[in-house]
Amino acid sequence: MSASTLRIALVGNPNCGKTALFNQLTGGRQKVANYAGVTVERKEGRFTAPSGRVLQILDLPGTYSFEANSPDEQITRDVCAGNYPGEAAPDLIICVADATNLRLHLRFVLEVKRLGRPVVLALNMMDTARQRGIVIDVPELQRRLGLPVVETIAVKRGGAKALIERVDGEVPAAAPAQPDDAASRADLHAQVRDILTATVTMPRTTAALDDALDRWALHPVFGLLILAVVMFLVFQAVYAAGKPMSDLIGGGFGWLGEHVAALMPAGPLQSLVTNGLFGGIGTVLGFLPVILVLFFFILVLEESGYLPRAAFLLDRLMLSVGLTGRSFIPLLSSFACAIPGIMGTRSIQDPRDRLATILIAPLMTCSARLPVYALLIGAFIPIRYVFGVFNLQGIVLFSLYLVGILGAMAVGWVMKRIRRDKSEHALLMELPSYRMPKLRDVVIGLYERGAIFLKRLTGVILGLTVLMWFISTFPSPPAGATGPAINYSFAGYIGRGLQYIFAPIGFNWQISLALIPAFAARETAVAALATVYLVGGEASGGLGHALAGQISLASALSLLVWFAYAPQCMSTLAVIRRETNSWRNVTISFGYMFGMAYAASFIVYQVARMLT
Amino acid sequence: MRLSELPKGAPAVVDRVHDAHAADPIAQRLRDLGFVDGEPVRVVAIGPMGGDPVLIQIGYTRFALRRAEAARVSVRSEVAA
Repeated sequence: MSASTLRIALVGNPNCGKTALFNQLTGGRQKVANYAGVTVERKEGRFTAPSGRVLQILDLPGTYSFEANSPDEQITRDVCAGNYPGEAAPDLIICVADATNLRLHLRFVLEVKRLGRPVVLALNMMDTARQRGIVIDVPELQRRLGLPVVETIAVKRGGAKALIERVDGEVPAAAPAQPDDAASRADLHAQVRDILTATVTMPRTTAALDDALDRWALHPVFGLLILAVVMFLVFQAVYAAGKPMSDLIGGGFGWLGEHVAALMPAGPLQSLVTNGLFGGIGTVLGFLPVILVLFFFILVLEESGYLPRAAFLLDRLMLSVGLTGRSFIPLLSSFACAIPGIMGTRSIQDPRDRLATILIAPLMTCSARLPVYALLIGAFIPIRYVFGVFNLQGIVLFSLYLVGILGAMAVGWVMKRIRRDKSEHALLMELPSYRMPKLRDVVIGLYERGAIFLKRLTGVILGLTVLMWFISTFPSPPAGATGPAINYSFAGYIGRGLQYIFAPIGFNWQISLALIPAFAARETAVAALATVYLVGGEASGGLGHALAGQISLASALSLLVWFAYAPQCMSTLAVIRRETNSWRNVTISFGYMFGMAYAASFIVYQVARMLT
Repeated sequence: MRLSELPKGAPAVVDRVHDAHAADPIAQRLRDLGFVDGEPVRVVAIGPMGGDPVLIQIGYTRFALRRAEAARVSVRSEVAA
C-alpha cells in the first residue's frame, strides 16, 4: 500500500443515505466480503481523488449508538476505535447524518467525535431538507461541533463533490478523546438539544408526504390490502419474467451440452460434459434470473422505505411463531426459491431472528417443487369438482402450500420453546421517510447479490452436480444388461439400499433412487423417474400413466408430503452454509427437515393405506 | 402513564425509560434513540393485529415499538409549553 493511500471509514445511523454516498464515491469499484467468523458484510471501495491520492473507503454497518446491540454494531464500534483485529485504524472517519433527522443523528456524531479521531461530518439529503423548508446554519453547526461539516446530496450526480474536496485536503485535527460513561451519555442528548436550538429551524417535524402515505400504508385494513396487492404483483413478475428466463437458461445449456457432446466420442467423458458440467452450470445459472428479479423488487421496496412498513404490519403475526416482522419478505421470497430468501435475511439485524428465519425458509413451497407436484397430482388425483366449483386437483395443490406454511409455523413455534436464549429481542425499528429508489443503487445492489451468488456457490453446486453425475453413471452396466444404466450404478445400489429406510413411508426402490438426483434439484426427480421406469416420448400416456399403474395412491400422497418437507435441495444447504458460516446449522436444517418429512409421510402413508 | 397506554394521536412528553431488568439493553437503546426526559412523543399508528406494535413519532423520527418495549417508557400529558 502506498504512503499516499488514505483509509476512510464511513459511519452513520441506519437510513442516513450512507450506502448511496458510498456508491456515489466508489461507483462499481466495490469489494463485498464478510468479516471473519461473522455474517456481517464488509464493503470496501476505492477511488482516486483529484490530487492523485488513493482513497480507500470502508462502508461500516449503520448503527444508532456505540453501545452495541448486535454483531454489526460491535464491528462498527471496534473498527472506528481501531480495536478490530486485522483492520487498521482509519485515518479519517466520515460521519454521515441525514439533514432532515438531525435530532437522532447528531447524537451519534457526538459519540463518534468522542473517539478522538479525525472526523468529517457529511450533512446528507440537503436537497430534501431544503424542500421541507429546513434551514441549517452550517457555519454555526461546524463551530459548535468543532468538526468540518460538508453538505452532500448522495443521490445526485456530483452531490459529493464538496466532500471529496474536503477529504482530499488536509486531514482535520482530532478532538480530544473522551471517556464513555453513563453520565456523559445522558449529557449527549442535552448537547444535541442545545446545538439544534442554535442552528436548525424546522417548519414541521414530519414530511407531509410520509403522513399522507402512512395513513393508508399502515391502516389496519387498507394497509394489509395494499401489502397483499404489492406482494401479488411481485410474484406475478417473478413468474412472468424470472421463471421463463430460468427455463430458457436451463434448456439452453442442455442444448449446448448436447451439441458439444456431438463433437466428442461417446463415453464417460461425453456424459460428464453434457450431464455433469453443462447440466450443473445450467442449474446454477438457471437460479440467477429468479434471484435477480426477486432482488430487484426487494431492493426497490427497501430503498423506497416500504419494507419496514410491511414488517410493521406483520410483526405481531410473525412474533407469535418466534420470528419478527422483518422475516416476512425473506419467507415470501422463498416461495419462488429458498436461495434468494435466505440471502434476503441479511436485512434482519438480530442474529437469533435471522437464524430462525433461515431455518424455516426452505419449508415454503418453492417453484422447483411444482413439476413434481404437477406430475403426481395429474397422475393420481382425479379431476373432480367439489361443491361444483373447486377442482379437486387445485385443492390438493393448495393444501400442499398450506402444509408447508403450517409446518413452518409449527417449527417456528417449537424453536421458540426449545431455544436456550429466551430473552426479549426488540423490534425497535425506524420507519424511514419514503424515498424514490435510485436506479444506480438498485443496479449496484443487484450486481452485488448476483456476484455473491455466482462466486460463492458455483463451485459448491458444480462440485455436487458432478458428484451426482458420477454416482448415477458409474459403474457402467454390464454387457447384455437390459435395464436402464442408472440401475447398475452406485446411485442404483444406494437407491435399493435406501428403500429399506423408505419402505415404511411407501417408497419403492425406483422412487428411493429418484430421490438422489432430486437432492441436486427437486425438479429432476421427474426426469429420474422417467429414466428408471423406462418411459420415453414414445410410451403412450407418458410418465404419469406409468406411475399410476406402478405405485399406490397411498405412496403417491406420501411422496407429495415428502416433497413438501424434505431437506432439499443441496443448493439451499450450500447457501445456508454460506450465509450462517456454520456446518452445524446445515446439519440442524437437514436433520429436522428429514425427520419432519419422514414422520409426516409415514402418517400419511399409513392412514391412506388403511382408508384405501 | 406508560407510552403503551397512550391513545393514538394524543400529545405527550417522555418522563423516563424504566429498566425491565438489570442492565436492560432495550431500555438503553430507547434512551440512545432519544427517549429522554422532556422529549415530545405521539402515537401515530397502531398495528392491525391486537394493536401491536405501535408507531411512535419522537423528534423527527418514527419508530415501531412492540407494546412490551413501549411499556418501558413513562410519559406525561403535555403541559402548555
